[in-house]
Amino acid sequence: MINIFAFNIPFASIFLLMITAIVTPLLPKKNRFNEKFSCCVIGLVAILSAYLLYALTNGGQSLAFNFSMGHFPAPWGNELRAGPLEAILALFFCVAMLLSLTGNFSSTAEDIAPNRRQIFCVLVNLLMASLLALTYTNDLFTAYVFIEINTIAACAIVAVKEGAGTTRAAIRYLIMSLVGSGLVMIAICLLYDLTGHLLMQNMHGAIQVLMVTKEYTMPLTVALALITVGLGIKSALYPFASWLPDAHGTSTNASSAILSGLVLKGHIFTIIKIFYRVFGLDVIHYLRMDTAIFIFGLVAMIMGSVHALRQTNIKRMIAWSSVAQVGYIFLGVGLNTVAGVAAACLHIIIHACVKPMLFTAAGGLSAVAGHKKNLHELMGTFYINRWAGLGLIAGAFSMMGIPAFAGFASKLSLTMASFDHPFIVWSLATLATSSVLNALYYVPAVIVVLTKNKNAQNKITAPEPTTLYKFSMFVFLSLNFYLGLFCMPLLRLITRGVNVLQ
Amino acid sequence: MLGKLFLNHYEAVAVILFGIGMTNLLLQRNLIKKIIGLNIMDTAVYLFLAAKGFVEGRAAPILISNGSGGWLNSSDLYVNPVPAGLVLTGIVVSVSVTAFSLALALKLYEYYGTLNIDEALMKMTEEQVELETTIEKAEEDVLAS
Repeated sequence: MINIFAFNIPFASIFLLMITAIVTPLLPKKNRFNEKFSCCVIGLVAILSAYLLYALTNGGQSLAFNFSMGHFPAPWGNELRAGPLEAILALFFCVAMLLSLTGNFSSTAEDIAPNRRQIFCVLVNLLMASLLALTYTNDLFTAYVFIEINTIAACAIVAVKEGAGTTRAAIRYLIMSLVGSGLVMIAICLLYDLTGHLLMQNMHGAIQVLMVTKEYTMPLTVALALITVGLGIKSALYPFASWLPDAHGTSTNASSAILSGLVLKGHIFTIIKIFYRVFGLDVIHYLRMDTAIFIFGLVAMIMGSVHALRQTNIKRMIAWSSVAQVGYIFLGVGLNTVAGVAAACLHIIIHACVKPMLFTAAGGLSAVAGHKKNLHELMGTFYINRWAGLGLIAGAFSMMGIPAFAGFASKLSLTMASFDHPFIVWSLATLATSSVLNALYYVPAVIVVLTKNKNAQNKITAPEPTTLYKFSMFVFLSLNFYLGLFCMPLLRLITRGVNVLQ
Repeated sequence: MLGKLFLNHYEAVAVILFGIGMTNLLLQRNLIKKIIGLNIMDTAVYLFLAAKGFVEGRAAPILISNGSGGWLNSSDLYVNPVPAGLVLTGIVVSVSVTAFSLALALKLYEYYGTLNIDEALMKMTEEQVELETTIEKAEEDVLAS
């Protein structure tokens, strides 16, 4: 049995972050105390999640528990659910969020005015709370409410940087997100209508009965398709990803890192939970949604990279690369096996660690080039800010899938997972093509950064990167190598988590 | 098929309204019209929920006195309160989203002087081209001197 302290962690971490979001505007702004305070709270939640993971997997067991909110028992009340997979994701989400904030601590100060930084703090805490709530919730309507909170907070951290471009990007992002949440909402209402429940395990039971009697198959398919498309828009699945490069490319570095690394992943994990816990893999297969997701994933892997090839702005290039990486995750989900979903979850974690590193590095490099973001203007910046340069190189190698870097681990596990799948040829061919395409745009970026700039006139005397920046980059790099070299224990842990997800 | 549609006419109307709202949200160029579309879309969902939650002959889920100091508490007398709760939650969400979008629309108007998102995009590219030419000119001047 799990101890009472660990039992309360899922609720406590969401509640703590919500309270922090309310309290931070009241804290003193001197020396950026409020920002440091919210970073500390996120760090504390990371420690709590690590303890929860330890308590759930201690001694080779894989526990999962339901935490009922309020005084109403299961079919009526609201519930949170925590298992090993949720705990791992919460831990890595917190770590990635913390590192994105600390790594870009000085660039946030340059981009956002002091009175707006206070709002930024509130938004970041709300965003983190909604991400954890999406990870832990066991109730579909609660998931919808937190999807909306997540949308508002995510659009606001784009618009928090003053400027015409960011406002326009935020509006585009908001409109696409609202279309997505509208679809999710009507789909949830349809499902509630068909099953009479909002808790995931009760819905699962009702859907199993419907499947046996073969009733309402059409409405179920429609609801599943609507929910997948709605969440697909929010997680930037390829044909619906047109909002992403603007939103991720124009916002401040911390926002880009958070949006690319975390916000997309929260929605993808919600899809995984709905597939696993509400419908079940056999129903997903029966309704043919796995094949649809698989094909969308393949297209995204190629098209994201093709779009990235055409970019000259480094941040937009990294943003388009996220579209390709989301394709990898959907490929894993579309395999519709435990190994496939485990590989997808591993890629969620790895991308959540690597993409913020790339954005932080790109921010550091463009800062020493006088805040220019075009690739050719970044020539030789490696020699001015070596930490950022190392981050970009490690991130690029990781995205290409060079062994010993994190991206290799997820590509390996995706390949292994697709071996007993009928579409193995398609998935292997696309994985290979996509890796080559990744190399085609990341290698030139690395070469430009490493080429010494002989034109002395353009040399800019840049400030030394802060200790916090160096420290964050060091942790990012160590995480990258750790995930690349020792991913097997983590993958085993995720597989145990996926096994108890149902 | 058509008979079923007529039987569920509330739901059919709700879905049509949802479609109208979503088309407006996606295709209108004017931001205010887009936001109105968003509200039509959300309201359609509330209609859907309210229609589904209503059972003919049952009362709202508020206990009715039986006239002798007690309550009529048979569950057959009342409708399910959950759909109404969902509608209320949905309204709160929709209000906050609408307020946020209107705030962003106002900001866009301050920057570009238009509520049309395409015009804003065109103005932005013009500004960028202008900026780039001024930068190039300045660089040429520096090199010449």
